[in-house]
Amino acid sequence: MTAHAPVLIVVIPLVMAVLVPLVALRSAQWARILVLLALLGAMTCAAIALTQTLSTGPWHYQLGGWEPPWGIEYVLDPLSSGMALLISAVAILVAIYAGPHLSGWAASRSGIFSSLFLLLNTGLLGIVVTGDFFNLYVFLEISSLAAYALLASGTIQATVAAFRYLIIGTIAATFYLLGVGYLYALTGTLNMADVAARLPTVANSSPFFVAVIFIAVGLSIKAALFPMHGWLPDAYAYAPPTIIGFISAVMAKVSVYALFRVLYFVLRPAEIVGQTLTVLSWAAAIAILAGSLLAVAQRDIRRMLAYSSVGQMGYIMLGLALGTRAALIGALLHMLNHAIMKGCLFLVAGGVQWRTGSCNLDDFAGISRRMPFTMAAFVVAAISMIGLPPTAGFFSKWYLVTGAIQVHAWVFVAVLIGSSLLSAVYFFRVIEWAYLHAPEHNATPTLRRQDLPVQMLMPILLLATGVLLLGLFNQTVISHVIQYALPQGGF
Amino acid sequence: MMSDILGHLNYWLSTLLLLIGLHGMLIRPNLVKKLMAMNVMQVAVIMFFISLAVKTGGTAPIEQHSDAHTAPQAAAYINPLPHALMLTAIVVGVSTTGVALALLIQIYRHYGTLEEPEILERMQE
Repeated sequence: MTAHAPVLIVVIPLVMAVLVPLVALRSAQWARILVLLALLGAMTCAAIALTQTLSTGPWHYQLGGWEPPWGIEYVLDPLSSGMALLISAVAILVAIYAGPHLSGWAASRSGIFSSLFLLLNTGLLGIVVTGDFFNLYVFLEISSLAAYALLASGTIQATVAAFRYLIIGTIAATFYLLGVGYLYALTGTLNMADVAARLPTVANSSPFFVAVIFIAVGLSIKAALFPMHGWLPDAYAYAPPTIIGFISAVMAKVSVYALFRVLYFVLRPAEIVGQTLTVLSWAAAIAILAGSLLAVAQRDIRRMLAYSSVGQMGYIMLGLALGTRAALIGALLHMLNHAIMKGCLFLVAGGVQWRTGSCNLDDFAGISRRMPFTMAAFVVAAISMIGLPPTAGFFSKWYLVTGAIQVHAWVFVAVLIGSSLLSAVYFFRVIEWAYLHAPEHNATPTLRRQDLPVQMLMPILLLATGVLLLGLFNQTVISHVIQYALPQGGF
Repeated sequence: MMSDILGHLNYWLSTLLLLIGLHGMLIRPNLVKKLMAMNVMQVAVIMFFISLAVKTGGTAPIEQHSDAHTAPQAAAYINPLPHALMLTAIVVGVSTTGVALALLIQIYRHYGTLEEPEILERMQE
């Protein structure tokens, strides 16, 4: 069993995605248990792979016994298996959280919802573990198609948002595919390691430039990097709250991971990649500022969090684009932190919406008295987003700023610090409403404590604890995992 | 210049299709036309890949005279890999179109129109 862990990471959720809707027709309870078991299985395999790669180095798994470059190969190194572990862990928490939402639905509908959720996971985990350019495209589309359908399961506005996302997402995927086509025409191979080996002969040709640009633009759109973020706020604001916690926490990050993998591990020696990274770093800096400024202007909490996500993706992208050791550590740590804290914030927003029916700033008035535990988790995650010690967000920002100072990029240092101030503005405003404003009398007749059900509260509290633990033990995480996940010889 | 265009005619055409598709997806206000433009764009990429595989005078890559003494003549066959890839890409395109049409049916049932500006206006209400 252990020998096949890399492929099981993808296969278990895929098979279960087919079984779950059938089981759901008989027993919704069993279907939910199967979803959790599938994700738990994927997480176990990812954990096995992570411990294995940390002790013995990268793990190459050949599908069907075909040797690369002819066959498809899955490559698990600390970076990819760590990402797989993160994805499946957040997925389990979201699956538990979704319970009360789904129990109100018809069996067939909740079964299909669970099935799509597992397919989304299949796609994301596949993107992370694959070592093949075209395989990555297929998984990208699997995850995107599942995401469109999941987003559309909200209100009718969500359906419109999902359609617009579908159009933009398909442009992105087509650009990526076209870029892969150019790479294939140049090197005659689709295996990432093989492309890297053949790179020196083609790295200065103009088709190679076209390939790099198409791939970078395509994946940046998927990651919602400003100014290509247009689809994101609507999609996040109208989609069902359960799913948005997962999509915002994990999905955009997987696209950044793919970009990181392609640019740093495969194409890094080429000169054009350096120039692409410079462009990306400026785009990221603008994303940080624009995302934070737009977040301040929102009154709908989900929109605010969505724009804040645009800004935070900018942080990660900026760290990757700067490319110094500290900046890369900061970027990867921020990927991990942001997945956990933004997941927590969106789950809280979804919980408030579940209780009060909407999610505007006014609805947060006095909510701390009604939902004390939920709001405590919100405060922890918000403080981490602002970047105050000892929460996780402080340390990743610290590394990012250090990385920017090392290359004397003072503009970026200013952007990073300025945006932290802006996020303080919009998060403290929510905290102020939640703790200091009295609720309107006609809006909430009862003031009694009415926190979320345990199934929804537990994932929120676990994520909030995760934020604190990551902050306290960030050195351990960096020295035991993240530093091995960095590309070798890239500095 | 002329020979440059004629020699790479299919690449020029696929670039043109790509631009037509992109233009349609970004400019057209009608959602169905956006979807059709999306399909045009996908076809452009499929054409691009297939053009990569073409060899003048090449045949389908099936070894007809199985002879252990001579190595297969790779140059005589067109490259099967891009075709296989595009088969997958076509499947992806069909699924995307299917999902998009399902979304469009829902949107039309609710709003009674598929013009984007009108829908966006009514979403604000």
